Amino acid sequence: MMEGTNNTLLKVDGLVKHFPITRGIFRRQVGTVKAVDGISFEIKGRETLGLVGESGCGKSTTGRVILQLLEATSGKVFFKDHELTAISRADLRKQRPQMQMIFQDPQDSLNPRMTVGSIISEPMLEHQRLKKKQRQERVEQLLNSVGLDPNVTNRYPHEFSGGQRQRIGIARALSLSPDFIICDEPIAALDVSIQAQVINLLEDLQEEFGLTYLFISHDLSMIRHIANRVAVMYLGRIVELASSQELYSRPVHPYTKALLSAVPLHDPVLEKKRKRTILTGDVPSPADPPSGCHFSTRCPVAEENCFKIAPEWREISSGHNVACHLV
Amino acid sequence: MLSQHSILQVENIATRFRTQEGLVHAVNGISFELKKGELLGVVGESGAGKSVTMMSLLKLLPMPPAEIVSGKATFDGQDLLKLDLEKLRKIRGGKIGFIFQDPMTSLNPVLTIGYQLTEPMREHLGLSRKNARIRAIELLDLVGIPMAKSRINDFPHQFSGGMRQRVMIAIALACDPQILIADEPTTALDVTIQAQILEIVKRLREELGMAIIWITHDLGVVAGMADRVAVMYGGYIVEEAPVNELYAKPKHPYTQDLLKTLPNLEGKRAERLESIKGQPPSLYQVPRSCPFAPRCNRVLERCKHENPVLTSRNNNHKVACWWNPDSALDS
Repeated sequence: MMEGTNNTLLKVDGLVKHFPITRGIFRRQVGTVKAVDGISFEIKGRETLGLVGESGCGKSTTGRVILQLLEATSGKVFFKDHELTAISRADLRKQRPQMQMIFQDPQDSLNPRMTVGSIISEPMLEHQRLKKKQRQERVEQLLNSVGLDPNVTNRYPHEFSGGQRQRIGIARALSLSPDFIICDEPIAALDVSIQAQVINLLEDLQEEFGLTYLFISHDLSMIRHIANRVAVMYLGRIVELASSQELYSRPVHPYTKALLSAVPLHDPVLEKKRKRTILTGDVPSPADPPSGCHFSTRCPVAEENCFKIAPEWREISSGHNVACHLV
Repeated sequence: MLSQHSILQVENIATRFRTQEGLVHAVNGISFELKKGELLGVVGESGAGKSVTMMSLLKLLPMPPAEIVSGKATFDGQDLLKLDLEKLRKIRGGKIGFIFQDPMTSLNPVLTIGYQLTEPMREHLGLSRKNARIRAIELLDLVGIPMAKSRINDFPHQFSGGMRQRVMIAIALACDPQILIADEPTTALDVTIQAQILEIVKRLREELGMAIIWITHDLGVVAGMADRVAVMYGGYIVEEAPVNELYAKPKHPYTQDLLKTLPNLEGKRAERLESIKGQPPSLYQVPRSCPFAPRCNRVLERCKHENPVLTSRNNNHKVACWWNPDSALDS
């Protein structure tokens, strides 16, 4: 049984994913990329947890390890009553229909040689025993739900625009009536005027089917809009986690503050008055992260301790967690 | 007429692409002016024609399939579109500098940063190898590359994305350009790195005083950087105004709706995002109506038959739209 409140749908406990770096013909291991370096969080039923961070911080790897598409190096993932990191492959397969994923690039994540109908019904063939007619009905119903014409089942992905393709990807993710969906940068490849359409659709579907989302994105404004709670990741670790309201109005971690101040506002008057914290340097390589706090090398307020000791993950007020020595 | 403060005057430029699927009407008659020392932001979604317009100016498009159908671009007393390749080459990378979106694909991976920086200076300014090298180090310093002297012999892959984009800026600045055309220069970068690059460009503008055309899809970036903004849609400029005016009083329905679809980072959080229905226009069709008409919620009968031209309403605020609630004639 999993601990925590009754309403918890997913729990991640000390999750670690390291990739080996190998060299030479014997594939000798010469280092490790610490993509995810010990993170813990919970997602409650019917909520949206936003996971933000810059490229290479490990947010997508986190999503893949949760769904067991990648094997965790250590740490545990609980989904409902099951410890996904410990159950057998056969048992895991039984859980799969309940956890789905929506990918960033609708161009690459749809097979160009399959029709829309077969793309959406493929998960049903794999996991359910339905008659052909039932499957067809379900596909039409799903296309309706995502706002596409149900008569497009015999067409191919290239006949659709980016936004429509993302809708097809969403219909596929919904086909097995999942409880939990990981949205991995679902709008990053879409035009601004189309992004709002897809976000509104995701919100409507959440309402209609009682879905729980892990929403991975680098777009801080969009995360603020869609997420109930937000986790900020930097170089494999979560540095701050709080309710969306709290995080955007009272960020405490220096990285969260810098990240928020770096986002350009679409208001020239506010933008010119704004004081920016400009971080110096680049994100260090996850193959060789700084000792102590991972952010220490770029942190504007780092002290001696920060370079030596990794800060503890602690709660500073109800539901507001942070990993920083100076808070 | 070229006004005194104008450095570049573009009139009625139109570019098409001949493809197997048909004729793509990428840019359909665009006119704008760039003043000395100003930063003109050009915003629009993919396919709006932002990049094609700017690349047409210097004939940087492969022709065929591209074809510049009409237009005139007056720079330095001459029409850029009439110049032969020899003369254009002198201007490209010389008086007009370019920065592209992806710094990895626009730098040559097998040549050192130093070579790529000094080559245009030796070509355009006739500097000696030694002097070009000295200037190259100065430029790398200027764009904030630490230890420029020791990094000049490095190859592009030894730099991070943000550093590569700094190198691109240094190359574009190498020959003291009068105009810098920056095509989505920060789109491929993370926000904290984007903030660094924007800060550098702001500083360089004050120090060097060149005019900049900044192409982007990010309305936030333009808000903080531009003096004037042109909004593009379906191969047309649909609205053009000074930056504060455009964000405070957008007049074209597309600009109005686009600003409303964006979620806020501060202030009130919208319950639900406004969205623009439909899809961006197909560029295969010969443009006859207003390109935004099928998605517009203020559409008039006239919009479906006649394409509005960009006309001045007040205070340098230009709009291409038949719908005009301010005018007594339309009510």
